[in-house]
Amino acid sequence: MTEEIIIAGFGGQGVLSMGKIMAYSGVIQDMEVSWMPSYGPEMRGGTANVIVIISSERISSPIIKHFDTAIILNQQSLDKFESSIKPGGILIYDTNGITRHPERKDITVYRVDATEEASKMNSPKIFNTIVLGGYLKVKPIIKLENVIKGLKKSLPERYHNLIPINEKALMRGKEIITEVQRAI
Amino acid sequence: MVEFSGIKEIIKPENLVYKKTNIMTENILSYCPGCGHGTAHRILAEIIDEEGLQSEAIGVSPVGCSVFLYYYLDIDWQEAAHGRAPAVATAIKRLFPEKFVFTYQGDGDLAAIGTAETIHACNRGENILIIFINNGIYGMTGGQMAPTTLPGMKSSTSPYGRDVKTMGYPLKMTDIVASLPGSYYVTRQSVHTPANVKKTKKAIRKAVNYQKLNKGTCLIEIVSNCPSGWKMTPVQSNKWMEENMFPYYPLGDLKTPEE
Amino acid sequence: MEKELRLMKGNEAVAEAAIRAGVDGYFGYPITPQTEIIEYLMEANPAGTTGMIVLQAESEVAAINMVYGGAGCGKKVMTSSSSPGISLKQEGISYIAGAELPCLIVNVVRGGPGLGTIQPAQSDYFQSTKGGGHGDYHLIVLAPASVQEMADFVDLSFELAFKYRNPVMMLSDGAIGQMMEKVYLKPHKERSKTSPDWATTGKPTTRERNIITSLDLDSNRQELFNIKLLAKYDEIREKEVRFEEFQCEDAEYLLVAYGTSARVCQKSVQLAREQGIKAGLLRPITLFPFPTKRINELAGKVKGMLSVEMSAGQMIEDVLLSVNGKVPVYHFGRMGGIVTTPEEVVESLKSKFIGG
Repeated sequence: MTEEIIIAGFGGQGVLSMGKIMAYSGVIQDMEVSWMPSYGPEMRGGTANVIVIISSERISSPIIKHFDTAIILNQQSLDKFESSIKPGGILIYDTNGITRHPERKDITVYRVDATEEASKMNSPKIFNTIVLGGYLKVKPIIKLENVIKGLKKSLPERYHNLIPINEKALMRGKEIITEVQRAI
Repeated sequence: MVEFSGIKEIIKPENLVYKKTNIMTENILSYCPGCGHGTAHRILAEIIDEEGLQSEAIGVSPVGCSVFLYYYLDIDWQEAAHGRAPAVATAIKRLFPEKFVFTYQGDGDLAAIGTAETIHACNRGENILIIFINNGIYGMTGGQMAPTTLPGMKSSTSPYGRDVKTMGYPLKMTDIVASLPGSYYVTRQSVHTPANVKKTKKAIRKAVNYQKLNKGTCLIEIVSNCPSGWKMTPVQSNKWMEENMFPYYPLGDLKTPEE
Repeated sequence: MEKELRLMKGNEAVAEAAIRAGVDGYFGYPITPQTEIIEYLMEANPAGTTGMIVLQAESEVAAINMVYGGAGCGKKVMTSSSSPGISLKQEGISYIAGAELPCLIVNVVRGGPGLGTIQPAQSDYFQSTKGGGHGDYHLIVLAPASVQEMADFVDLSFELAFKYRNPVMMLSDGAIGQMMEKVYLKPHKERSKTSPDWATTGKPTTRERNIITSLDLDSNRQELFNIKLLAKYDEIREKEVRFEEFQCEDAEYLLVAYGTSARVCQKSVQLAREQGIKAGLLRPITLFPFPTKRINELAGKVKGMLSVEMSAGQMIEDVLLSVNGKVPVYHFGRMGGIVTTPEEVVESLKSKFIGG
């Protein structure tokens, strides 16, 4: 099993940390992982992306062009990465701020309106965990208990009081993710 | 020919009034006659001997006339790249805090190419001693302009005299170092008369003790002469130094600890 | 003691491995994409545990000269930087090589020349393997291709550095420095309380004074010293070549790649074989010494070689020398901070050797 994922959005949306939680969870589940960020002077508001590979085998290239799953959190990232999804692959996106929706017909598209949901839950910071919950619903490659352990690993201890709300966010994401289109 | 026939009768223990310190090696000094380096080496060697520091001392020699300082003092040495002695000494002292670590640098080394290393080592308050020989010229490479060359002073790269409008002003590094909170004891001395030699030696001894007490950076500037580079006899050069160098680089303490 | 599993960036792995390897001192200056090394060390604050000194210098120049001073004391000392900073360190590196001091220099390469980019590149190959600074000298150059190797090579670097009294460079790049992977960390090693007999430690009455210098104005003696260095480099060439092979047994085309490019090429080999092209990969682990002999042997078995580097083609010169005209050798690589993709490598292989 190899799952090649790109997560892309604005800096400050928790793109890199969502990838980190996935990577930590993968390690806990005894998988091989790589987490390759786009690094640089990207600040809040700029674009950020990270490639996460989770595999039962040794990972060769950590930098790839085609993905099994793309998790897209803003318009620029949708424009940039829609074409990079493998035929039959998955696109998960938050519709907040999206003016041009996905157009490809050979991929399965899900929406997870995490921005709206996080704001309903009065906790904008758990936005990325809601998205992650949605992803785990459609690609249950990691057990939820391992994700929660991964969350604990990737969060500094001073934030461990936020674990319960994040668990709730994961569950909420699983509930609200909706299939928009099935690959043909 | 001078007649040396009676010399064997003179060399007897009872006639001994002055001898080489234990720390000086048998190597013959490479300095020009009348140069202050030899005297500065000698008093440094005396202090190391008198304070029992031979097994504690690690010296860092510069690039400049005193590049071969490690030939002359019988202690462990590192030869640094030009200007980098304070960085080299920083690491030695951090790794061996119990050792006596010092650099010995000329004006080109310390005040031109090594400006950053000097200022930052002093600003970090590295617990080292910096001995700074200022003779206002690059001696080793044959008398080029130094950062400390006086206005109007001739050198091979300021053959018409240092024009401050195009060549800048002489840099008073010691004054700059004294202004840094990390420096502890900063003084300017000379070695051209027995009285000045005594004062310089006293200053080095103080710095040794401050280092034992982990007080911070000590810098001792020794304003010195360069008979060859200045194209003067040793006697003329010392007179010229008193008349020209000392007014610009006045002797005395620039920063003394409150005791 | 069991090895500890962590998920870490390559840069963090170097820092943690340094603490565990019993390194005595780290001297550095921040520069992207390797700043996590000094940040990690400052946060870990090993002065309080192992006693390791961590110092942020005023410049790369000062940092490498601190390494000189620490190495002259016979201690395990290191620095890290990225390409522009490594250029600044070249003066000090030449002096360290000339004074035959052991140390580790980590270069997390970014694209150049000049300020270039902060993205990964492999364009410092010449600088690292052919000298870099002035004078006839070589560094031992290790090229990690994973976060695990960035950790493991810290220990290996010091082992080689002290064995040969020679500076070692770990030539990584922004991709391996920045990415996170699983890493098994070795248990803590005690810092050595002693120094080798050549080090400046303060002269006891029982030995002659030790002098650390790269200076000798006597040309005959200096030439003898140069000859001694050459003999050392020959011994290193003889004994320390390290490389790894993937599917070379039946390969008709050989990819030669190190570091990040080697990771990419592993995937390329797989993709090529899916298309019926028998590709193999030789990954040099030591870039100096270069696996010349093995590449020459393989040149007798394959139809051609492709040197894959994130540069304009630097390692290819060593591949060409190794192949010595036996088969055609081409270069493929992206520059400017762009990481080559596995597909591009396969396309290049096809267009250069198979046509179309």
